[in-house]
Amino acid sequence: MSINVNGAPVALPQDPRMSLLDLLREQEHLSGTKKGCNQGACGACTILVNGERILSCLALAVQYDGQEITTIEGLGSADDLHPIQRAFVQHDGFQCGYCTPGQICSAVGMIAELQRGVPSHVTDDLSDEAIAFSQEEVRERMSGNLCRCGAYNGIIDAITESVAEVAQ
Amino acid sequence: MTPFTYHRAATASEAAQHAGAAGKYLGGGTNLVDLMRETIERPASLIDVTGLDSAIAEQPDGGLLIGAAARNTAVAEHRLVRDRYPLLARAIVAGASAQIRNMATVGGNLLQRTRCLYFYDVDGARCNKRAPGEGCDAIGGLNRNHAILGASDACIATHPSDMCVALAALDAVVHVQGVDGARAIAFTDFHRLPEDRPDVETLLRPGELITGIALPPMAFARRSTYRKVRDRASYAFALVSVAAALDMEDGRIADVRLALGGVAHKPWRATRAEAALRGQPASAALFLDAARAELADARPLRDNGFKVELAQRTIVAVLTQLMEEA
Amino acid sequence: MSLIESGKALAQGLMQGAMAKAVALAPDSWIPGGEPDPLIRHQHGSIGKPVSRIDGPLKVAGAAPFAAEFPMADMVYAAIAYSSVARGRIASLDVAAAEAAPGVVLVMSHHNAPRLKPAPLFMSDPKAAAGDSIPVMQDDAICWNGQPIAVVLAATQEQADHAKSLIRVTYEAEAADTDFEAAIAAGTKPSQFMGQPLHDKLGDAEKALAKAPVSIEADYRTPRHNHNPIELHAVTLAWDGDTLRIHDAQQAVAHSAWTLAQVFDLQPEQILITSPYVGGGFGSKTLWQHHIIAAAAARMAQRPVRLMLTREGVYRTVGGRSLTQQHVALGAEEDGMLTALIHRGVTAKTAHNVMPEPFILPTRSAYAARTMLLDVQQVELDMISNTFMRAPGEAVGTFALECAMDELAEKLGMDPIDLRLRNEPEKDPISGLPFSSRHIAQAWRDGAARFGWDARSAVPAARREGEWLVGLGCATATYPYYRMPGGAARITLSREGEATIDIAAHEMGMGTSTAQTQVAAERLGLPMERIRFNYGDSTLPGLVLAGGSQQTASIGAAVIAAYNKLVAELLALAGNDSPLAGLKPDEVGSQDGGLAKLDDPSRHESYASILNRAQRAAISVEAEPPQPLETMHWSMHSHGAMFCEARVNVVTGEPRVTRFLGSFDCGRILNPKTAASQFRGGIIMGLGLALMEETQFDERSGRIMNPSLAEYHVPVHMDVPEIDVMWTDIPDPHTPMGARGIGEIGITGTGAAVANAIYNATGKRVRDLPITLDKLL
Repeated sequence: MSINVNGAPVALPQDPRMSLLDLLREQEHLSGTKKGCNQGACGACTILVNGERILSCLALAVQYDGQEITTIEGLGSADDLHPIQRAFVQHDGFQCGYCTPGQICSAVGMIAELQRGVPSHVTDDLSDEAIAFSQEEVRERMSGNLCRCGAYNGIIDAITESVAEVAQ
Repeated sequence: MTPFTYHRAATASEAAQHAGAAGKYLGGGTNLVDLMRETIERPASLIDVTGLDSAIAEQPDGGLLIGAAARNTAVAEHRLVRDRYPLLARAIVAGASAQIRNMATVGGNLLQRTRCLYFYDVDGARCNKRAPGEGCDAIGGLNRNHAILGASDACIATHPSDMCVALAALDAVVHVQGVDGARAIAFTDFHRLPEDRPDVETLLRPGELITGIALPPMAFARRSTYRKVRDRASYAFALVSVAAALDMEDGRIADVRLALGGVAHKPWRATRAEAALRGQPASAALFLDAARAELADARPLRDNGFKVELAQRTIVAVLTQLMEEA
Repeated sequence: MSLIESGKALAQGLMQGAMAKAVALAPDSWIPGGEPDPLIRHQHGSIGKPVSRIDGPLKVAGAAPFAAEFPMADMVYAAIAYSSVARGRIASLDVAAAEAAPGVVLVMSHHNAPRLKPAPLFMSDPKAAAGDSIPVMQDDAICWNGQPIAVVLAATQEQADHAKSLIRVTYEAEAADTDFEAAIAAGTKPSQFMGQPLHDKLGDAEKALAKAPVSIEADYRTPRHNHNPIELHAVTLAWDGDTLRIHDAQQAVAHSAWTLAQVFDLQPEQILITSPYVGGGFGSKTLWQHHIIAAAAARMAQRPVRLMLTREGVYRTVGGRSLTQQHVALGAEEDGMLTALIHRGVTAKTAHNVMPEPFILPTRSAYAARTMLLDVQQVELDMISNTFMRAPGEAVGTFALECAMDELAEKLGMDPIDLRLRNEPEKDPISGLPFSSRHIAQAWRDGAARFGWDARSAVPAARREGEWLVGLGCATATYPYYRMPGGAARITLSREGEATIDIAAHEMGMGTSTAQTQVAAERLGLPMERIRFNYGDSTLPGLVLAGGSQQTASIGAAVIAAYNKLVAELLALAGNDSPLAGLKPDEVGSQDGGLAKLDDPSRHESYASILNRAQRAAISVEAEPPQPLETMHWSMHSHGAMFCEARVNVVTGEPRVTRFLGSFDCGRILNPKTAASQFRGGIIMGLGLALMEETQFDERSGRIMNPSLAEYHVPVHMDVPEIDVMWTDIPDPHTPMGARGIGEIGITGTGAAVANAIYNATGKRVRDLPITLDKLL
């Protein structure tokens, strides 16, 4: 009974009430994943489960037995940044930095969804096999990640710059 | 969150046996976990049904059967859904955020509970949905987001789902499994109006589990759409939404499906408007008449009167768009 | 408790009044900033470079630790229960079930809380930081709906939350004042802000208005707002004997340490607050009851405590911006010259704070009106104490004033920019002081050209694209330059040529640590890598509020003071064997890792050489800057010209902003990369203010009903177009580095620019915020 977090097994909590978010933050001290509302309304707790972005605050940890989880710590470290992390610094895609790990994990998941051809609210033609990358598509798809400092422009620029590199 | 036991079900019948009276089925958790944290929901046990049927299967008659454990994203991106029921794909991607759609199951989406501010305020407000007979603080309170159709003196809440509005338009059928066996419920009957029991939101009997949603074949649903009106450009619940499919023959409306979101305690199938439209020559005037007929019984409250006009206009705009695409 | 503590503030105000005249008349050279900061002349150094944030790699890697992320051994978690009536007494409080619940260590309420002194209210003392003056869990009195009534400590957060839900409480409710209109009908009172009356009179504006050839009058309303930083307010804290260590999310570390010391009857040195990373503040991260609750409970339980408020808890515990009802009347000659400017109205505060939303502040120095009447009245409601939120006063005051200017321009048949430029004052209209630096006309001209203002139709509802009506609007942004007293800084210079700046300042995302590192490098003549900027620690020198957009100036002035002292001491150490021998401090400056004669750089000695010869490993100096008299000598303000393109859907009324430009005159920009983010961030919060933000307050119960990020809408990615920003970059000769603060100006003027664009698009004037689609149908 364990979850694989950034490549290492992590024991499931005794208490089934514990969210995946609290498991990461309080049990594993992986505090890069942030708590901004604990109610699925801000996106700060976004992580990747088997490559798909989800909200860890609404996920009971026990539900994720055997799953592969990637958090911001698994993408890159301060002295070995992931390309998208680097782009966030370059384009000032944050101010306070609190929503940032969630934005970055969300962006990684979003790019995979775009590649897979998942439609969005702003996709014109649902019959399209491939979804064209556009600022509008990215803005819509990233709308589950709030940034109160208002670094939205920088975030979109950072994603735009790194999308090709991340998609590979 | 009140303590509970957790069990992961391997089959639907096993899940139903485990549930008992005080158990709850857990899908993606996107609404239930939040409600448990608020102590609005206090199940003694959770039966995790995310491992059950999540297949999206084409049926011999050309319809689709969607396993209740299918994630919202999986439905929206499915090729047959996009081709044959575009309004359903559009409704799903209009809802919540990508992260939530990746988690949320189809079955769970049907059981979403209202976003009424007073329903959510366990400590500070009265709510007949939470505590039957207690009273309703939303009536006479902040009710901009509340129902204009089918509400009662006990409850004016709205159903928050986008997906369900499309399902209401599509004549979907809900498959459920109880300890005593399986049955099917017409989607439009599945959710209740509040009447004097707003705490009872669906026709599900205690312990019954949603196992799948059947979409009947509907050729003209290829020409269908979903339009959502909200305060933010994204990631907000609908003030009003419209799901529609239009079958045009030589300028006449051969058939039509129309449903509204954000206006009632349940996804609102606009049967009056459909009746007014069916068989008639399509025109803007007809659309307006039909929209007015649907909203004729609307009972606006202090803050939500705008929804009547908004719903009418949105119906007309959606029908006009589908007509012009024909 | 009497509000005077406000007596102090009042006395201070009177003294300020008397002193102000003397300061106004003094020669420039006697005033701080009278001699321009030498750095203003440095044009090719690190100042002005678009340097990426130095804390960027840590933040994007999730490795920057925030308040609730410091582990402590044996720590317990807290959960707070809140009242559900607005006024009255707790009749019964049954915590037995909570105490018996698994994992529970303590339930603290007024039954068992330790005796605590009231927290000194923000602005009642220069060091005070508390948002309300209500004693914390000292008796059974309830003063607002949502007041903390009990706290549970337990081994896990899940256990604490559950135990909290088992607390049973009944109240003897009393009639509460929670209805704004009813309170106004019962009578308003004049209000004061920072010890000064919110009332200004210039001539007889009412008479002038009656005589004016052209006039308009309108009423505007703005609702309650909440800051909603994404980081929840949190502390992780522990007592070590009588010393309290707090990992906090703070924008006033020194103020809060002093304030908590008063509450617990300790010396300020016994409260150690650190706050290296703050997940947004916007005025909300000062001292609130959760600090006191966590500290008191930790002391009772003798355990370290982590208290992270829930999102609902933030709304219940931490105040937001109060609501306003504003009346603006403008009278003008046919040529647009303002003959009368009346801006008056009412706001709500509580009996437990001194914060009337001062919406007339931006009007005072805005236009050269011949007569003016500005007045803020207040009523007191039983509600959570409102507080400072980004540009208090200006954010909502400019909405009313700048919409009214648009209405007047239309009535005059003038371009709204022309009307504003026509009324550009030569000196401050109310105080009569000269402006320190005011280049608003250039900001307007440059902005109009870049935005394509020419394309605007003066006739509303003239442009339609598909389902969308498109319009352009503009408004003036403005925010004062402040520098609060109490700054201090320490500079430590090592023989290795490394410098450390220590100051109890804050980095909440404004870019402070990066920009101040650039400034220090330039001032000391060292590369940025040789500078360490330490902040966010109450034990460091200085009383520096991250508020009022004043941190840049406050830090700048403190570092200048310390630097001047450093130079003097270095020259003394250099002695007679140095190339610098015989030079006075004002004859030298820093260059290439040492000091040099200003007009003869060949006379240079490195810091290493000076310190080596003096056999010193390092030198450390600390100094305080002079009192901020400059704001009584000059009228000091930043300005901006805001341009908006808005679209309104003809079917649904949905309003969307599709283009925005802010053209700013804010002195010298220290770091264009982080500054652009500050401007954009303010503008985006302004878009929220314009279109969607409202704290929904049920006036029957006095309860906030949307305490959640799902129901309180802040802008999401999809609401925000690419936002263009530009600036004059003209240094203010009278401020440190020539800079003025930029953190708040972006939210000012934005609401009006959006509203005016929506009017231009639709012909509908919406005068009550937010401008939601139902108002446009």
